[in-house]
Amino acid sequence: MTAALVTAEEPPAPPQGRPGGGTLRYVAGKLGGAAVSLLSVVVLGFVLFRVVYPGDPVLAMTHNRPATAAQQDELRARLGLDRSVPHQFLDYVRGLLHGDMGTSYTFSRPVTDKILESLGPTLLLVGTATVLATILGLWLGIRGAWRRGSRFDRTSTGIALTLWSAPTFWLGMLLLIATGQLFPSGGIRYPDTPPDFLSQAVDVAHHLVLPCVTLIAVIYAQYLLVMRSSLLEEMNADYLTTARAKGLRDDLVRRRHAVPNALLPAMTLVFLQLGLVVSGAITVETVFSWPGLGLLTYEALEAPDLPLLQGLLVVFGGAVIVMNLLADLLYRVLDPRVRAS
Amino acid sequence: MVTVRISRWRLGLTLGALLVAVGLAAPAVTTAAPTAAAQGGTVLRVALTKQVDSVNPFLSITQAGTELGRLMYEFLTTYDAKDQHPVPALAEKWETSQDKLTWTYTIRSGVRWSDGQPLTAKDVAFTFNLMLTNDVARTANGNFVANFDSVSAPDDRTVVIRTKTPQATMLALDVPIVPEHVWSKVTDIAGYTNDTTPVVGNGPFVLTEYRANESIRFKANKDYWRGAPHYDELDFVIYKNADAATQALIKGEVDLINRLGPGQYDSLKNAANVTLNPAKGRRFNELLFNPGAATSTGVPIGDGNPALRDVKVRQALAKAFNLKDIVSKVAGGYAEPGGGLIPPVFVSYHWQPDASQARSFDPAAANRELDAAGYPRGAGGIRQGPDGKPLTLRLLGHNGTAFDEQTAPYIKQWLSDVGVDVTVQLVSDSQVNEITSGGKYDLAFSGWGANPDPDYILSLHTCSQRPNADGKGGTTDSFLCDPQYDALYTQQLAEFDQAKRAELVKQAQQRFYDLAVGVVLDYDNSLEAYRKDRFADFQVQPDPGGVIMAQNGYWGYYSARPVAGAASSGGGNAGPVIGIAAGAVVVLAVLAFLFARRRRATSAERE
Repeated sequence: MTAALVTAEEPPAPPQGRPGGGTLRYVAGKLGGAAVSLLSVVVLGFVLFRVVYPGDPVLAMTHNRPATAAQQDELRARLGLDRSVPHQFLDYVRGLLHGDMGTSYTFSRPVTDKILESLGPTLLLVGTATVLATILGLWLGIRGAWRRGSRFDRTSTGIALTLWSAPTFWLGMLLLIATGQLFPSGGIRYPDTPPDFLSQAVDVAHHLVLPCVTLIAVIYAQYLLVMRSSLLEEMNADYLTTARAKGLRDDLVRRRHAVPNALLPAMTLVFLQLGLVVSGAITVETVFSWPGLGLLTYEALEAPDLPLLQGLLVVFGGAVIVMNLLADLLYRVLDPRVRAS
Repeated sequence: MVTVRISRWRLGLTLGALLVAVGLAAPAVTTAAPTAAAQGGTVLRVALTKQVDSVNPFLSITQAGTELGRLMYEFLTTYDAKDQHPVPALAEKWETSQDKLTWTYTIRSGVRWSDGQPLTAKDVAFTFNLMLTNDVARTANGNFVANFDSVSAPDDRTVVIRTKTPQATMLALDVPIVPEHVWSKVTDIAGYTNDTTPVVGNGPFVLTEYRANESIRFKANKDYWRGAPHYDELDFVIYKNADAATQALIKGEVDLINRLGPGQYDSLKNAANVTLNPAKGRRFNELLFNPGAATSTGVPIGDGNPALRDVKVRQALAKAFNLKDIVSKVAGGYAEPGGGLIPPVFVSYHWQPDASQARSFDPAAANRELDAAGYPRGAGGIRQGPDGKPLTLRLLGHNGTAFDEQTAPYIKQWLSDVGVDVTVQLVSDSQVNEITSGGKYDLAFSGWGANPDPDYILSLHTCSQRPNADGKGGTTDSFLCDPQYDALYTQQLAEFDQAKRAELVKQAQQRFYDLAVGVVLDYDNSLEAYRKDRFADFQVQPDPGGVIMAQNGYWGYYSARPVAGAASSGGGNAGPVIGIAAGAVVVLAVLAFLFARRRRATSAERE
């Protein structure tokens, strides 16, 4: 009994044990898997946008403006589109290995530059929103599960589900109109804000509020629901009875015993979500004209700007793969059961 | 142990809350500063809802991009604000040789670049020669120099251009003239972003800041040769959402906006301090009938319905369309029913069929003519072709375009009324391009923005624009190939007398109308709005009834005057302070609530 008690208390402690040879093999296996996935993303990106994608990009680029057939050929040759498909693929892979994702059709700028330029705003918006939504969702989920069926539980779950089902575009526009003069209608900052850091930070924070709130409103429900259901599963576990029998206050039983054990599914979700952070929130960024990767994707699709779409796909896919890899590795740290298996 | 943990936790939270509170409260004090700084000069803030691709004038092809280019760089000639005829800009006068092959332009003296260097004929010759020798420099405006033989500058004020064949469009060269002393050092035009500010130019405004996807800032060019603009700064703010941009105008975050939808425009009717401008636009929407697509060598391609090869069938179908309904129901009344290819905004070239020539909405006549053409009604009221098959036509449109989506059901209904079955296919823009350029359509939506010079729009329907023998490189709009139309097109391009050329242009439009390979459905209005409490005196083009933004020139921005006493930049000032204060209050309230709950819960548990 004592032994059981001790192990029940132990898991949240950081692992002290040396990882054996198994760890190395585990890590190598995961790394290999990630590399294969990344390679497939690269190939998929090429096939999707260069082979399957309908329409001639040169026609799209010259549409609605005077361009002779000779000019179209000139353009085609400059973009390397006059070469055979295998040749184009080799060009593309060669470029990727040098960190070159090609040149955007629309912006005449390197795809890498365009993506890096938009990465910051996206990390700021989606990162902030994910962190806040996680905190909010987990907290409400824990509360709701602990007092399952209470009025608080029913209300918070109801609200979360309603917001989760609300169309993002509509919710964003509604917030924009309802808040009147309080917040800017779009963008990340006013053009004439003084360049000093404080003014810029304040202006960006002011512009961040509405998109961030919209994004939190539509995503926090998933954390709430996962946390709530996984905690509910633990609710009747024997170790909780033991903890109570030891005389621990209910609050402590929840925080130190039940929650750590119920946290794993939520962790998986958080990491999955972190991988998706870079892909931004296309709708929210478009509604609020937030100059991030989501907006860039929207613009690339509008054109269509194939090299940019290809680059974005690789970056988005890569982010998800890397985050999943991290989650896999972190699992071993967080849960001894994974380590043992 | 336990108590220590709790208090540490609580301490952390308290500190966090304090940080948030301070972070949110500090702005409340400091946000006054930006406004004060902005008051150092008057700023016209414009909402841009279309994509700016580049500010490199040799690469920029989007409408928004070229509009910004016009503010930075002058052309040899520009277009009059009243009626859009070519007027002097950098070239103050010009003459043509007897054989019409040599054009001599006299460059205005005393014009300076924004860095103080004098502008000479050498800069002009440099710009054109760069385009002649460098294919990247031809990306955006290559069509203007395609017929050039040579360009030279014998002295500082004279530019001589020799063309290969006589060209009537030599006063419509929309080529931004760039400074040789800057651009001769540019080795890689494709990679040159031209946004190292301030960008040396000669237009009414100088680019001072370019933030892709955020904003583009210009400062007034105080040394502009026409005289300095009446305000200090011109800012373009990018909005990807026209509804949000409309809100921004209502809130006073921007002063001028265009490309409004009918719904957005109507929503502004009751907004305070907003003036509406339902301007005539230069865009038209059309419906194409596949007349039997073929390559330029005459080999048929595609799979267009053979019924449409009969001009009588096309003319009959065109009578089934009620264009007035399109104007009122699709465009919300903000359009004009279609006629000739050149929109009415270009007064001298626009052609409208007179009562005797016009095909008015007349389903009875359409029915009669289809009967006579050999397509009698069969089972279910659907007409049958000579082969006994029911007459079913595919209607191709763009799935992201409101006009196509909303008009398609009307077309389907109207054609059904005359016994023709229609299948609607709405697909992506690039698929539309792919399908139409291969001639694999029956009916297709299309639309163009016309220029003051009618040459380009007319050229889209000539035989030579059809794809080459491999089926590639086509730039035709309608697959029309008609000797009479081609002859009219060629004559107008070589006609240097303005009035005679206009007459030929109108005849070409009439021929196009009679052949009915396409029906111009409507001419869209360009819906604009601005804050009358901030700016006034926008010069529209054409005048009256024209646009402020997206002009063939810079008159709208150049002529605007700030309204006296409108020093504050709109109603947006109190926003940050109140907004952030409100945010702080909400955050604090939530935190207080949490603490209260926690304390109550803990004390309850302690018992």
